[in-house]
Amino acid sequence: MSKSTRLAFGETLAQLGEVNQNIVVLDADLSKSTMSYLFAKKFPDRFFEMGIQEANMIGVSTGLALSGKIVYACSFACFVTGRYDTIRISVAYSKANVRIIGTHAGLGIGEDGTSQMGLEDVSLMRSLPNFSVCQPCDEIETRELIKYSVQHQGPMYIRLTRQNLDKIFDEDYKFKFGKGVKLHEGNDAVIFATGALVAESLKAAKILKGEGINLRVINIHTIKPIDKEIIIQSAKECRFIFTAEDHNIIGGLGSAVAEVLSENYPAKIIRIGLPDVFGESGTPEALYKKYGFNAESLARKIEAYLKNNS
Amino acid sequence: MFTHKELQRISNELRIDIIKAISRAKSGHPGGSLSAIDILVYLFFNEIKRTKENALDPNRHRFILSKGHGVPALYAILARIGLITYDELMNLRVLGSPTQGHPSYLDLPYVEASTGSLGQGLSIAIGMALAAKIDKKSYRIYCMTGDGESQEGQIWEAILSAPKFNLDNLCVILDYNKSQIDGYTKDVMDLEPIKDKLEAFKWNVLEIDGHNFEEIENALNIARETKGKPTYIIAHTIKGKGVSFMEDNIEWHGKAPNEKETELALQELEKLLVSNE
Repeated sequence: MSKSTRLAFGETLAQLGEVNQNIVVLDADLSKSTMSYLFAKKFPDRFFEMGIQEANMIGVSTGLALSGKIVYACSFACFVTGRYDTIRISVAYSKANVRIIGTHAGLGIGEDGTSQMGLEDVSLMRSLPNFSVCQPCDEIETRELIKYSVQHQGPMYIRLTRQNLDKIFDEDYKFKFGKGVKLHEGNDAVIFATGALVAESLKAAKILKGEGINLRVINIHTIKPIDKEIIIQSAKECRFIFTAEDHNIIGGLGSAVAEVLSENYPAKIIRIGLPDVFGESGTPEALYKKYGFNAESLARKIEAYLKNNS
Repeated sequence: MFTHKELQRISNELRIDIIKAISRAKSGHPGGSLSAIDILVYLFFNEIKRTKENALDPNRHRFILSKGHGVPALYAILARIGLITYDELMNLRVLGSPTQGHPSYLDLPYVEASTGSLGQGLSIAIGMALAAKIDKKSYRIYCMTGDGESQEGQIWEAILSAPKFNLDNLCVILDYNKSQIDGYTKDVMDLEPIKDKLEAFKWNVLEIDGHNFEEIENALNIARETKGKPTYIIAHTIKGKGVSFMEDNIEWHGKAPNEKETELALQELEKLLVSNE
């Protein structure tokens, strides 16, 4: 069974709206894509359609948050984080309780192409003081993350997928903000993955196991503040270190892991992501293959690297 | 309630504080602080009636200074009310002071929101007005914009959006002092015909002399009584108002007076106080 994290978000928010009257939701003419319409249908008085005005939406969200509301401001990742200065001064500098929901993350959106793909959003949001940055890897983790986000103090950026993702966690999964999750044991190499690439990394680990390579898979749902402990420990225990994300390799998870290790346990890191290029149109599957994001590509890359460096 | 004569006196006293603070800081924006101060004095003392007691009351009326560089005027008022000390006002822009160069909400909650990157405050004010509507509260939201910042796209997004939500609890005051850093607003990027534009955007639009307390009072009364739509008050003001050599002089947008200029400015303002008696 698989579901997009945007749909899991919309369903969860519509449930939370019943128990928490303080939740308000805004969207910029993409509610049927971000799935915020599921909340809008049930709670029209607490949903604000802002039209195609992302900057104003972010500012209005700030005013609502500073008045005590828990605010979810939704749009595509690229459009909403593109209004960076408004996020910086209105939201971050006032530490307002705004949750910016950026859907349609990465190459995974497919045919719509570069202008609709969030490819640098994590990098942007990670560098804002007071902001936390999260990216769940399946529907269950999304549900638990969104539940957690209601009580979080300070602004959050939550990055979600358009495409369906395989279910990884059981119903009783406990989300722990700021903590990485070990999904697969192994000591030959470790891969730190986030979002859509967690499932691909897990599948890669299974492929590699058949070839005698034990790949540890760590799911990093909280990219900021990042779980230093699990990164350092895995770097100590595994010979090779990889990161994987559907995002530019500059400023995202790969950079975050490199920052932790360079200061605590210097090690060579192979970052898998977009090599500082834009995306393009194509099916998600074709794009994941071309850019080396699917399980088979990840497995081949890791296998080749281990062979050449052993 | 203060009489207009009392308000005039407070304004001119605060003009002295503004000049002293900016002079001590050796940087800041005197022109836009002096153009805004009369409106802000009326607003804080007679309209929203801010006191030490109600400053953080959840039901207080709120004021957002979208043109954040005019903050010395706001700090002068907060000091007068007792929400910051006179020393803190005089430590404008000094390391560790809550009186940051532009409003910083986490350093000083009485500014209601961080502003200073232009064009953002009006959106925040709209969010606060929406929150009041959701909660069925009667408090009102006031926001001061600048003419230069009205060139920002986000301002027009905000102007387009507020009437949609029938925000009659929102009142915006444009400090229309006609100039900005690079020159006169009409030359840099003309806003005219601003009244027609705002009316076309479905606002209740009023036009006043922003240094005339009677006109300020009337406009705010009309704004409060207008139902179903937000009010935009176009307040014609004079940049640097009260200090002859700063008045309508672009040079004084963002420059602190030196010692001699400060002395001259203070002499003029002291005279205003005497003539006000």
